[in-house]
Amino acid sequence: MAYELDSLVDTEPRTNVPEFGSGDTVRVHAKVVEGDKERIQVFEGVVIRKRNKGLVSNFTVRKIASGVGVERTFPINSPRVDKIEVTRHGKVRRKNLYYLRGLTGKAARIKEKRY
Amino acid sequence: MTIEGILGRKLGTLQVFDDRGRLRGATALEVGPCFVTDIRTPERNGYTAVQVGYQDDRKLNRPEAGHLRAAGNLKLRHLAEFRTDDAGAYTLGDRIGAELFETGGLVDVTATSKGRGFQGGVKRHNFKGGPKTHGQSDRHRAPGSIGSGTTPGRVLKGTRMAGHMGAVQTTVRNLEIAGRNDDRNVIFVAGSVPGPIGGLVRIRKARKVAK
Repeated sequence: MAYELDSLVDTEPRTNVPEFGSGDTVRVHAKVVEGDKERIQVFEGVVIRKRNKGLVSNFTVRKIASGVGVERTFPINSPRVDKIEVTRHGKVRRKNLYYLRGLTGKAARIKEKRY
Repeated sequence: MTIEGILGRKLGTLQVFDDRGRLRGATALEVGPCFVTDIRTPERNGYTAVQVGYQDDRKLNRPEAGHLRAAGNLKLRHLAEFRTDDAGAYTLGDRIGAELFETGGLVDVTATSKGRGFQGGVKRHNFKGGPKTHGQSDRHRAPGSIGSGTTPGRVLKGTRMAGHMGAVQTTVRNLEIAGRNDDRNVIFVAGSVPGPIGGLVRIRKARKVAK
């Protein structure tokens, strides 16, 4: 049902999305509104979850900011996401990397995928 | 002032991005197209309003068809009246659709809620039910006391008990319009709307807007 209703919405699916998934390191260029000004803020971290739900698909990025774990969830087609770049493909064996929340430092590393 | 409301149909719920880029839970409503079928005037009716009709109906009886003849022989299933101060701006047969509503505006939506059948006090009136443990039997969803003893010796009228729930007219006020699709005659209101998918809804510009 939800997919039929999607045809009513004029949200344009993003076309320049690189292929990425859980374990990959991405740079998300998010638009931030401060007062009446808009600027772009880059949020870089590991994708710990990606939910494919058509127009409202989203993904969660985790990073350690000054010693504190920070997670942000972005809707892929949000007009407030300017650009998504993949900087590193990680080798992981599961879809949701919630186990990273309990790990820090060396233990929280993810091996890079080799082709 | 334009006409304040319109008839439509609930299409279902989804998520949409609003004009500020926020993802909102929303309900898609088909709004019309409605056609002006009658204009109420102070001289004839004692008040000013516009009657609109919605949705094609293949079978009309003769009185219904006769009433709609002046508006161009439309076959409309549902009719409703909306008050307006300048009914003169409308002529019979005018088409009204999604353009009536602006993104960011507030509306009230009236519809018949889903019928729930005969329900107990826990579901119908949010009673707490009895304890789950401590030797209880058959008291888990019981209503508890329904009044005093010998005085007054009766159950007060209006005491909340089990009974028929739902399928009554319900209005949800001040829903924000999160988006609009003029081509398909659809608006998206943030939040939920009473009734089943496909149910008839009456949408009106919000009356009690917080200042």
